[in-house]
Amino acid sequence: MSNDLTYTTYIKTTAEKVWAAITNPEFTRQYWGHDNVSDWKVGSIWQHVTDEGQARIVGKVLESTPPNRLVLSWAAPDNLADESRVTFEIETIEDMVRLNVIHGNFKADSEMASRVNNGWPRVLSSLKTFLETGKALNTWAGHESTCSK
Amino acid sequence: MVAYNALMGIDEDKVFKALGDASRRLLLDKLRENNGLTLNQLCEDHAMSRQAVTKHLVLLEAANLVVTRKQGREKLHYLNPIPINEIYMRWIGKFEQSRLDALYNLKQSLKENDHE
Repeated sequence: MSNDLTYTTYIKTTAEKVWAAITNPEFTRQYWGHDNVSDWKVGSIWQHVTDEGQARIVGKVLESTPPNRLVLSWAAPDNLADESRVTFEIETIEDMVRLNVIHGNFKADSEMASRVNNGWPRVLSSLKTFLETGKALNTWAGHESTCSK
Repeated sequence: MVAYNALMGIDEDKVFKALGDASRRLLLDKLRENNGLTLNQLCEDHAMSRQAVTKHLVLLEAANLVVTRKQGREKLHYLNPIPINEIYMRWIGKFEQSRLDALYNLKQSLKENDHE
């Protein structure tokens, strides 16, 4: 048994574009609602930041192998002890990309899993639409943002 | 929409076919309760044979509703909600969620009144 959350989606695009979509704030803003900011080097800080400059999620870059693998630690700034880990696996399959997002290493009493469990599918559906059509969905329409709250 | 569906890596028919069976939905329920189960764990408390569970898992994996990851020598099965979210986004997500919530709340309060 494992508490990991696993999300897999197939996107008609290239690995480089998926990498850019995750690491470039100009892109994340459009389909995720906020900016992902870092230099994406191992050991660096990364932050998920609102337009007002407020960090909603913070962590460190644990692994960075563009354009195939990115591992981040993940915590809310007001509860840094509740740290978990997010792994992005970007794999080219013929003319598509398989993107695996694994959110795991939750602490025993973590509140994060229930906070992000509804958020990830919305973010990843929006990412897929963004990359395939150039248009982002209204990711948080009718919902308060869970994973970026 | 047709063009967009053609771009979807997973054949939508596979998702609906996979969901159209009570045993397979039971397996998904089991993973929703406890994610990351081995084949043996999925076979526990099931009236289904190991062969039947294996066959169902093949269809669930083909539909991308279940993904597997190796952990040491074990193969763990995870629920992948993305294809169901795609269905949600296609038919429900475009409507105002708040209106659906309002209808749901109305229905609930009417039900409660019935019980009184």
